[in-house]
Formats: sequence, structure tokens, C-alpha cells
Amino acid sequence: MAASKRPDETGKSGPGRQGGDHRDDDLERRRRHLEASLATRQPDRQERKEGAGGATGYGQAMKLSSEFIAGIAVGAGLGWMIDRLAGSSPWGLIVFLLLGFAAGVLNVLRSVGKVAEFGQGSNQGPRRKD
Amino acid sequence: MATPDKVDPIHQFHINKIVDFHVGGLDLSFTNASLFMVATVVVAGAFLYFATSSRAVIPSRLQSVAEMSYEFIANMLRDAAGKQGMQFFPLVFSLFMFVLVANLLGMFPYFFTVTSQIIVTFCLAMIVILTVVFYGLYKHGLHFFNLFVPSGVPGILLPLVVAIEVISFLSRPISLSVRLFANMLAGHITLKVFSGFVVSLSAMGTVGIAGAVLPLGMAVALTGLEFLVSFLQAYVFAVLTCMYLNDAIHPGH
Repeated sequence: MAASKRPDETGKSGPGRQGGDHRDDDLERRRRHLEASLATRQPDRQERKEGAGGATGYGQAMKLSSEFIAGIAVGAGLGWMIDRLAGSSPWGLIVFLLLGFAAGVLNVLRSVGKVAEFGQGSNQGPRRKD
Repeated sequence: MATPDKVDPIHQFHINKIVDFHVGGLDLSFTNASLFMVATVVVAGAFLYFATSSRAVIPSRLQSVAEMSYEFIANMLRDAAGKQGMQFFPLVFSLFMFVLVANLLGMFPYFFTVTSQIIVTFCLAMIVILTVVFYGLYKHGLHFFNLFVPSGVPGILLPLVVAIEVISFLSRPISLSVRLFANMLAGHITLKVFSGFVVSLSAMGTVGIAGAVLPLGMAVALTGLEFLVSFLQAYVFAVLTCMYLNDAIHPGH
């Protein structure tokens, strides 16, 4: 929408100006203004979208439970495979099931934004955890 | 196998072979699932082709829908993964369109919902994760594994934390695929169960027909909700793809 409007406007105001330089400055200024006003609206819009997702509740429940179950399933699967390959029968499953449980909790906390994302350690992690 | 006229909420997910085809012990039959995957690709491709074929400066309605979907994904990708992420635009856009069109096609009565099969969603999720892993390794080499090592963790705890992070990473394709699959499966079963109530209640005479109004209203409301879920799940799939690609492009910041 904005793209179709902009050439129209500059075309109208162009002949009235003295030089191309001036027009470019003006365009640049207006573009910056537009970006600034868009940036102020952006978080607003995102918040509303999240609010709409949370209002259903159902989507949130589906998301969190799938995160949690996936962690446990992968832990159990890894443990079972290690047991099969190494013949360490119950121990691999026990250890990796517990680790998978921890990973599931981590997934859930991460998807609700309580823990820093992957690879973001000390800079942001502890601050966000507090 | 139940007959189609009996109310069986699972019947709609049954896979039928249309063309039987075996290659060296592998069953490569063309099933109704394959048919609807082909239909999804054809519908999505044809829509985008016809919508953009005129390429007017002032877009027609169809063209502006195509442009909006482009800008929607482009902005999403740019927000999540930065300018560098735009090289993955074709992948993300194709995934989004495939999931969205497959979900919406599944909303037609008697149509097969491709995304309610976990193997389909799992393959889509594996495409994403393998792209992330291979691109990350190709671009950053072994530095990619910094993703699993959060900085500021004491040395003693490091093996434990790394193991948990690795499991958490491996669980991503599973949660990504399970979410899409479970949403579509649960939604379609609920819809079918409520429609089944209408049928069995209205077979019970006048009182039954009066009572059948309630599940009918519910089925109508659920259909609306299902359209929302179809779109939302395609959106969620695309957003998570963008986030994972961001990890491949900037591991360990």
C-alpha cells in the first residue's frame, strides 16, 4: 500500500522543488519519520497478537504440552538407544529420562520467555531469570 | 474399517491407495494423502501464479492478497533472523504456503487433511532442522556447537547443562511437528464428533431434532475456530522456522 502511494506523492511534489538533492533529503526525512512511527506501533501490534493467542488458551496449552512431551520423548528415545547399543540396560534410560525431563522443563520455560534463548548466556540469561 | 455413513470420527484420516505401486519391496503407492499433497502444491502454485500474472501497479484484490502474504513472511523473517535471514525466504514462504493451503483444503467436507498425518508434519520439521544444522555447520564450523554451551555456567555443571541443551535442541522438530499434527487432528475429530451428534440426535424424532440444534450450533462455531487454527498453526510453524534459522545464522551471539 505504502509502495503504491509513495511514487505518486513524490511525483506530485517533485516539479515544485528546485533540485533532486532537496527532494531526496525530504524523502529521506519522511521515510525516517514513517519508520519511527511504525516502530512505535510495532510492539503494540505484537502484544495484541499475543493477547489474542493467549485468549484462546487452547493454543497455549497445546504449545506448552507439546514442548514438554517432546523433551521427555527425546530423552527417553536417546536413553533407550544408548542402552541398546551399549547394553547398559536400565541406566541409560533412567539417566536420559531425567535429563529429558529437565530439557522439557527448559523448553516450556523458554517458550514462555522465562529463560534466555539458545546460546544467549550470561549477558541476558541471569538478568531475565531474576 | 467402518463404513463411511456410520459416524466414525477417525474414518476421515484413513489412507486409501489410489494407484498401487511397488518398487523393490517398497510401497510407493499413490494414496489419497499423496493426492492432496499434490493438490496443495497445485492450488498454492496456481493461486500465486494467477495472482501475480497481471502485475499491476495498483494491485487487484487477488494480487494484493499475494503481496500481503509475501510481506507478511518477509517481515516475519526479517524481524526474527535479520537481513541475512532473507536468503531463507523461499524455504519459509514455501513451508508457510504449504501448511496454510493444506490446512485450508482440509476444511472442505470430504477432503483429506494432509497435516493431520504426523509423518508429513515431521518431515516438514526435519527439513527445517536439517537446514539449520547443515547451514550452521557450513557457515560457522564447530562454532555452531556454541549454541549448546551457555556462557557463564560453572565448569562442574557444564556437562549436565550441555546434555540438557542438546536434548532440548533435538526435541525441537518433535514439538514443531506434534503441535501442528495434534492441532489439526484434534480439531477435525471434535468437528466430526459434534456433527455426529447432530445425525444421531435427529434420528430420535421431534425431541431429538429440537435437541440437535445445540450440537449443530457448536459445529458451526467450531468450523469458524478451525479456520482460525488453520491459519494460526501455519503462522506458528513459520515463526518457529524463522527463530530456528536465526540460531543457525547467529549461534551464540
